[in-house]
Amino acid sequence: MPEIRNYTLNFGPQHPAAHGVLRLILEMDGEVIERADPHVGLLHRGTEKLAESKPYNQSIGYMDRLDYVSMMCNEHGYVRAIEKLLGVEAPIRAQYIRTLFDEITRILNHLMWLGAHALDVGAMTVFLYAFREREDLMDCYEAVSGARMHATYYRPGGVYRDLPDKMPEFSPNNWTSDKDIKRRNEARGGSLLDFIEDFTQRFPTYVDEYETLLTDNRIWKQRLVGIAVVDQQRAFQLGFSGPMLRGSGVAWDLRKKQPYAAYDRVDFDIPVGKTGDCYDRYLVRIEEMRQSNRIIKQCVDWLRSNPGPVMLDDHKVTPPGREAMKDDMEALIHHFKLFTEGYCPPEGEIYAAVEAPKGEFGCYIISDGANKPYRLKVRAPGFPHMAAMNEMVKGHMLADVVAVIGTMDVVFGEIDR
Amino acid sequence: MNNIKHYFNSLLLIELLKGLRVTGRYLFARKFTVQYPEEKAPLSPRFRGLHALRRYPNGEERCIACKLCEAVCPALAITIDAEPRDDGSRRTTRYEIDLFKCIFCGFCEESCPVDSIVETRVYEYHFEQRGENIMNKEQLLAMGDKYEKQIAADRQAQAAYR
Repeated sequence: MPEIRNYTLNFGPQHPAAHGVLRLILEMDGEVIERADPHVGLLHRGTEKLAESKPYNQSIGYMDRLDYVSMMCNEHGYVRAIEKLLGVEAPIRAQYIRTLFDEITRILNHLMWLGAHALDVGAMTVFLYAFREREDLMDCYEAVSGARMHATYYRPGGVYRDLPDKMPEFSPNNWTSDKDIKRRNEARGGSLLDFIEDFTQRFPTYVDEYETLLTDNRIWKQRLVGIAVVDQQRAFQLGFSGPMLRGSGVAWDLRKKQPYAAYDRVDFDIPVGKTGDCYDRYLVRIEEMRQSNRIIKQCVDWLRSNPGPVMLDDHKVTPPGREAMKDDMEALIHHFKLFTEGYCPPEGEIYAAVEAPKGEFGCYIISDGANKPYRLKVRAPGFPHMAAMNEMVKGHMLADVVAVIGTMDVVFGEIDR
Repeated sequence: MNNIKHYFNSLLLIELLKGLRVTGRYLFARKFTVQYPEEKAPLSPRFRGLHALRRYPNGEERCIACKLCEAVCPALAITIDAEPRDDGSRRTTRYEIDLFKCIFCGFCEESCPVDSIVETRVYEYHFEQRGENIMNKEQLLAMGDKYEKQIAADRQAQAAYR
């Protein structure tokens, strides 16, 4: 009699569908998963510990690198915690700019998720189309901050610089006809806001295209419907947030429930799923892209008609302008003081969270009154989702593991930190 | 009725054909690919690429070795040594940026009180040997000399925002 044993399969960390460096130990009975054991930590960079050794502002750049597909949302979570600790608030224009870029980030993230998810499940085309739109949004990132991804744009007390009045344009060359260059530059003639507005007008059609390719597609449905069902109660218990929670039918969204930035001034809806399977989470995220588009439109309208400062005028927290710094002795002292020592928030503990595209991204800071945090704890949304891996894939086939990883939208930068 | 409709829709592969129509349209549509490296995507004047040290128009280097950039650098990528010159002015004797450590956050440029250290539009660079990742003062100044026109134009364009 041959002995019947479960087969143990090592999935990742170099698997292309593992979204980075996820290592899964799968115990399988035939092709059915009995137990999944995620091994995390391969991308651990010690961001939290690193933050303890440098002044508050210097860690902003490292927040970008946590969840490296939703950069500015992470910055927002960190910056908001510092602002709360200091007891300052950014000017209203900065709040709107943050709202605008949080939503741009959400679309960026969901496009990346959609492309990668579809690619994992077997649809190549959506990936290419999604990256076309990402290119436009990354140009917005670059126009405003100077970097396509790791922006370091938000600062405690506002944002670094106001939105530019001019979009960079394609320059003529020998490879593309002047007519094509002109067509490429069509939307780039005006300011950044014009460019974004043009994008918001085009974007719903693009989402329709993704939906035509996927939503009704029988293969897509066969791979997603009824896979990894998490009911409402269980989603609560597992500590889900963001689209994972909303896919299970809970209308929880920090932007609505605990409004921050300018979210209480804009109009949008929270999409909610019904069954809590992969397909519902897909639909929720698709609808979120449409809602983000709506918010962006409102922000653009407001920003157009309301110029003003984007940085707090409190030079104990924010550096003075260049001109003042060069003329005024006191401003120069502030400048030097801020860039060497930084600022010292009062002693205390604070938690501030934002609705990042993947869920609740929060920063918990303990301050002992020094210019560095005594302790920084990052609440990454991906971690509780990853912890539910075993429960979600149990009883499914091996191929469904890939769909589940996709639907969780895991990014290892934030899970391993 | 709905069932019959659904039956025919799935039998005739309607939703697959709809998807094919989208991809088919793009097959014949004008391409949006940028033929890198022959042509390049536009860069904003705020772009943060490779570093450079600038000079004043009279040829004197701007850097006064105040070491603000060294202090503000989150990645500790900048190393500066300074000594007074014979004429009494304070200048750097060593200015090095480790490009492996640098995270291109732009804080050095933001902190520089004399607009000396800047980040240029150059993003195409590579290393062939160990140690080439460390840019020394000569290399940084050479970068500044080479791209001064572009650097000055970019700072000019951004003056109103800073």
